[in-house]
Amino acid sequence: MSDEATGRMANGQSRMEDKPLATRHSPLARFFDSDLLYSFTRSRLVVAAALVTALVVGAALLAPLIAPQDPYDLKTLSLLDANTPPAWEHGGDSRFLLGTDDQGRDVLSTMLYGTRSSLMIGLAAVLLATLLGVALGLWAGYAGGRVDAFIMRAADVQLTFPAILTALLIDGVMLAIFKNFRLDAGKFWVLVISIGLAYWVQYARTVRGVTLVERNKEYVQAARLIGLSPAKIMFQHILPNVMGPVLVIATINLALAIITEATLSFLGVGLPPTEPSLGTMIQIGNRYLFSGSWWMVAFPGLTLALLALAVNLLGDWLRDALNPKLR
Amino acid sequence: MLAFAIRRLLEALVVMLTVALLAFLLFRYVGDPVNQMVGQDTSLEDRLKLREDLGLDDPLLVQFARFVGNAVRLDFGISYQMKQPVISIIGDRFPATIELALAAALLAVALGIPMGVYTGIHRDSWLSKVFLTVSLVGISLPTFLIGILLIYVFSVWLHLLPSFGRGEVVSLGFWRTGLLTLSGLKALVLPAITLGLFQMTLVTRLVRAEMLEVLRTDYIKFARARGLSNRAVNFGHALRNTLVPVVTVIGLQLGSIVAFAIITETVFQWPGMGLMFIQAVQHADIPVMAAYLMLVGFLFVLINFVVDLVYVRIDPRIRILGRAA
Repeated sequence: MSDEATGRMANGQSRMEDKPLATRHSPLARFFDSDLLYSFTRSRLVVAAALVTALVVGAALLAPLIAPQDPYDLKTLSLLDANTPPAWEHGGDSRFLLGTDDQGRDVLSTMLYGTRSSLMIGLAAVLLATLLGVALGLWAGYAGGRVDAFIMRAADVQLTFPAILTALLIDGVMLAIFKNFRLDAGKFWVLVISIGLAYWVQYARTVRGVTLVERNKEYVQAARLIGLSPAKIMFQHILPNVMGPVLVIATINLALAIITEATLSFLGVGLPPTEPSLGTMIQIGNRYLFSGSWWMVAFPGLTLALLALAVNLLGDWLRDALNPKLR
Repeated sequence: MLAFAIRRLLEALVVMLTVALLAFLLFRYVGDPVNQMVGQDTSLEDRLKLREDLGLDDPLLVQFARFVGNAVRLDFGISYQMKQPVISIIGDRFPATIELALAAALLAVALGIPMGVYTGIHRDSWLSKVFLTVSLVGISLPTFLIGILLIYVFSVWLHLLPSFGRGEVVSLGFWRTGLLTLSGLKALVLPAITLGLFQMTLVTRLVRAEMLEVLRTDYIKFARARGLSNRAVNFGHALRNTLVPVVTVIGLQLGSIVAFAIITETVFQWPGMGLMFIQAVQHADIPVMAAYLMLVGFLFVLINFVVDLVYVRIDPRIRILGRAA
């Protein structure tokens, strides 16, 4: 066993002695005792960001329960309700708190469902980017040699271009390939794959860097010595040691992924208007900006900006909190 | 220096060939070029003959070589949608994007560097906090939302500036510029701000971070001890030493500006290459997409190459490292 592992164990034991028995193994208790929570509660801005994020995520999750109207259900829509301003404005309707769009859809309900799509695409894309980037980074760092050179050259080439351009290109190519299949459900995956493939590089580079260091440590040598397979060493032994930075990148990437999805949808190459996301709503609203229908853009735009800002702040905090140098 | 430049050039060539390969595969396999060129009632023999004339039956490597050869001569084929040579469309659109990108870059540098220096020197003043808050908003707000916001305030509400198009353009040979007419300049303002804001916040934050770093160093303390004026210390000693990373980032950001121009051009219906590309994506106009890919790829590779060389020129430490390696 390496020095590091025994050291950690000894540390754990000394800590256990001055703690009551009940809190010894509970992960929850460990969390409440951690530096992470301490630094979290210390900054009011971070707590506010977490609250905003929780509120938006919660509202999106509960959309089917709390939305006044189902924007997917065409039966409940009436074109006569189109372009209704918010309830407090002149000509507003109490049924539509934040007004309606050009199809007579309630903006509030559409926004709740739209945030759901945006969050789902963002999370799925980040998950894809993380899986791909971590796997390639581990492989490159652990195998070295030609594999490493190839993967990292590919990463360099991709890094020459901004991620949003890459996402747009992949999206464009996939739309061109599948243009004969007008499957709206397929667009969800087109977006997830485009955004996921655009953001893997940063994970791969970070993970590779850490893997290069970890690879030569004693615990990895020991694992190799007792005959474990490279896959097992990579995923069970090295991976836990790179999860910190990966988590930070993933949080910041979530904000980026949500913005990228909104941008692609706004550009008209993302989700179709029948499947609302924050980006599509802003795109539709933008057409009616000159007729004074500001509410179609303002509310989804504000939600998007707040969500991105809050997730960004959380990511910044997580980066600082997990970085021992800054403590 | 020469060896370094040659090595970089070779690497750039490899990247360019990769991009060309992607563009070629896109051109060749996504959508059938023959189907796009002929009407529905063209006979099978005519189609086969066209295939042969176009060289679509040749070995793949030959086709790729021909594709690259054509691309070098700026021949990217005919747009499916607009039925004109792609290069003439690009020739039309290119000046608009370049003028927009340069205006945005100028804005980012002209405002970003002073703001960064100010926030670096006066860390705790209220103005610094305002600048930093603005920059946080600039980084978090998506480009298209900033554009919509500006349109709403300055076009819909105040009726001050136009919200779309380039205004009147003047033809200078092959370059049609909007910079020489009043309506052209007015039309440029909002798109340039939209495009430049993100870059400006980036420059501000970078300059600030570098200034904070440099102001802590011993030679700055020594300069102060020598009794030099604040101005000489801040600008002569500190700012000068922050410029290496700043120049690099600004150079690399020029590429991003071209990419983000896609969004800005869509918001403002600015008739540049970005709008052309989005329209090509929406209509699956493969030749235009392939040409854009090649052109932007070339632009990025060129920028990276130049930035690398400039970097070596202005930072002697890299030159020494390069020689040792």
